[in-house]
Amino acid sequence: MTIGRARFAFTVLAFGYAFLYLPIALVIVYSFNESRLVTVWGGFSTKWWIALFHNDAMLDAAWLSLRIALVSATLATALGLAAGYVLARVPRFIGRTLFASLVIAPMVMPEVVMGISMLLLFVGSDQLLGGPERGFLSITAAHVTFSLAFVAIVVQARLADFDRTLEEAAMDLGATPWTTFVTVTLPMIAPALVSGWLLAFTLSLDDLILTQFVAGAQSQTLPMRVYSSVRLGVDPQINVLATIVIAVAASTLIASTVLTRRIVDKRGAR
Amino acid sequence: MRLVIALPYLWLVVFFLLPLGLVLGLSLATNAPDLAPPVELGLSFASFKLLFTDDLYLAAWLSSLRIAATSTLVCLLLGYPMAYAIARATPPRRPLLLMLVILPFWTSFLIRVYAWMGLLAENGILNQFLRWSGLMSDPGTILGTEWAIHLGIVYAYLPFMVLPLYTALEKLDWSLLEAASDLGARPLPAFLTVTLPLSLPGIVAGCLLVFIPAVGEFVIPDLLGGTRTLMIGKVLWDEFFTNSDWPLASAVAICLLILLVGPILLFQRQQQRSLERT
Repeated sequence: MTIGRARFAFTVLAFGYAFLYLPIALVIVYSFNESRLVTVWGGFSTKWWIALFHNDAMLDAAWLSLRIALVSATLATALGLAAGYVLARVPRFIGRTLFASLVIAPMVMPEVVMGISMLLLFVGSDQLLGGPERGFLSITAAHVTFSLAFVAIVVQARLADFDRTLEEAAMDLGATPWTTFVTVTLPMIAPALVSGWLLAFTLSLDDLILTQFVAGAQSQTLPMRVYSSVRLGVDPQINVLATIVIAVAASTLIASTVLTRRIVDKRGAR
Repeated sequence: MRLVIALPYLWLVVFFLLPLGLVLGLSLATNAPDLAPPVELGLSFASFKLLFTDDLYLAAWLSSLRIAATSTLVCLLLGYPMAYAIARATPPRRPLLLMLVILPFWTSFLIRVYAWMGLLAENGILNQFLRWSGLMSDPGTILGTEWAIHLGIVYAYLPFMVLPLYTALEKLDWSLLEAASDLGARPLPAFLTVTLPLSLPGIVAGCLLVFIPAVGEFVIPDLLGGTRTLMIGKVLWDEFFTNSDWPLASAVAICLLILLVGPILLFQRQQQRSLERT
C-alpha cells in the first residue's frame, strides 16, 4: 500500500516535471545549434550567441525593458506596501470595500481589457492635457498598476501572519506611529517586500500585451521585439535569449531559496 | 495615515477605474476611420448589436469559453496529483519540489509559448521523433490547431493550478484520513469524502486562476493556434490593431468583463476571506 503510493507519487512528479521542463530544455539545447533551422540539429555552435550580442535592436530593447522594470517595480512596491498595510491594519474607512476590490482586480483582469483601457486613458490625456508622450512613462504607469496588486497581496498576507501585539507594545512604550512602522513593522515585512519587488520586476520585464497597447510608436521593449520576431517563425537568437532568461531566473530563485533556508535553519538552531 | 490610504487609492482610481469608464464610453461611440483617434463619441449601440448578430463573434465567444474550460479541467487533472504528491512528500523535500513548479513561472511567458512552436511545427522535434521512432510515418501538424492552443494553455498555467492546490492540501489534517480508513473506508471513498471536500477552496482558486486569463488569452492562440480557431482576446486585438475599430474593440472588452465578472468576484471574495481568516 505505502510502496504503491510512493511509486504513484514518483510517477506523477516525474511526468509533471518532464512536461514542465522538456520544452525549456530543448530551447536551451537548440540555442547551440549550427543550423539556422531551429528544429534540425546541425552540430554545436555558438554563432547565435555572438549574433545576439551584436543585435543592437535587441540590446536597445533589453535596456529599455530593464529601466522600465527597475522604476515600475520600485514604485509598485511603495504603493503596494501602502495598499497591503491599509488592507491588513485599517479595518474601517469610507470606501474600503471599493478599495479592496480595486487592489485585487488588476490581478485577474484580462490583460487585453486592461491594455485597451489604459491606452484610452493616455489618448484622452493627450487630447485634453497634451501629454504625456506615450513611451517610457505610459508603459511604467501601466506596469505599476497591475504589479501593485501582487505586492499588496504578499504584504497583506505577511502582515496577517504577525499579530499586532509587537506594534502595540512599541506604541505603549511611547513610540510614534511612524517610528513603530519603521522600527517594528518594516523589518517584519522586509522579506515580503523583497519578494514583492522581484515579482513586480519580473512581471514588468515579461509583459507584452499591456505594453503593446500603451507603448506608442517610438518605444520597443524586449517582449515586443521577441514577439515580432517570433511571429515570423522560430529564430535561433530567441533561443539564446531564452537561455539567458532561464539561467538568470533559475539562479535568482535557487539563491533566494538557499538563503531563506539558511535563515530558517539558524532560527531553528537557536 | 490618510496619505497612506489616499496614494494607492488615487493611483488605482486614475489608472484603473477611470480607464474602464473610458472603455465603456467608447464602446458606445461610432467608428470614424478618418479621425485620430478613429472615433466619434455618441450613444450608439451599433458595436454591441454587431457583436450579438454576427456569427463570427458568436463563434469566437463560444470557442474561447470551451477552450478555456477544457484546458482548466486538464490543468486540474494534471495539477491535483502533483500538488498531492508534493504535499505528502517529507517536509524537507517540499520546498525544492515546490520551487521546481514555480521556476517556469519566473521565466518569460512568451518564451514558454515559443518553446512549443519548435516542438509542434510540421518539421518540429515532436514529428521528427515520431518518424524516427517509427511510431507514426505521417504525423499531422499540431501547430496551428486547437490542440496546440490547449497544450499551450495547460503548459503556461499549470503552476497557477498547482500552487493554490498545494496550499490547501498542505494545511489538511491527514489524521482525518487515517480515521476514515480506521473506520473501514477504502482509499477511494476516503479520498472522495475527506480529501476532496477539504481541498475544495484550492480547487476553486486554482480553476479560477487558470480559467479567467485563459478566456481572454491572446499570445497562445496567436502563436500556437492557426487562423481557423478564433478566440475573443485575439478578436479584440485584431479589431483594435488591424482594423482600427476602437469602438468595436471596446465593446468586446465590455462583454468580456461582463462575462468574467462572476468568476472575478468569486475569486476576490475567496482571496479576501482566506487572507482575513489567517
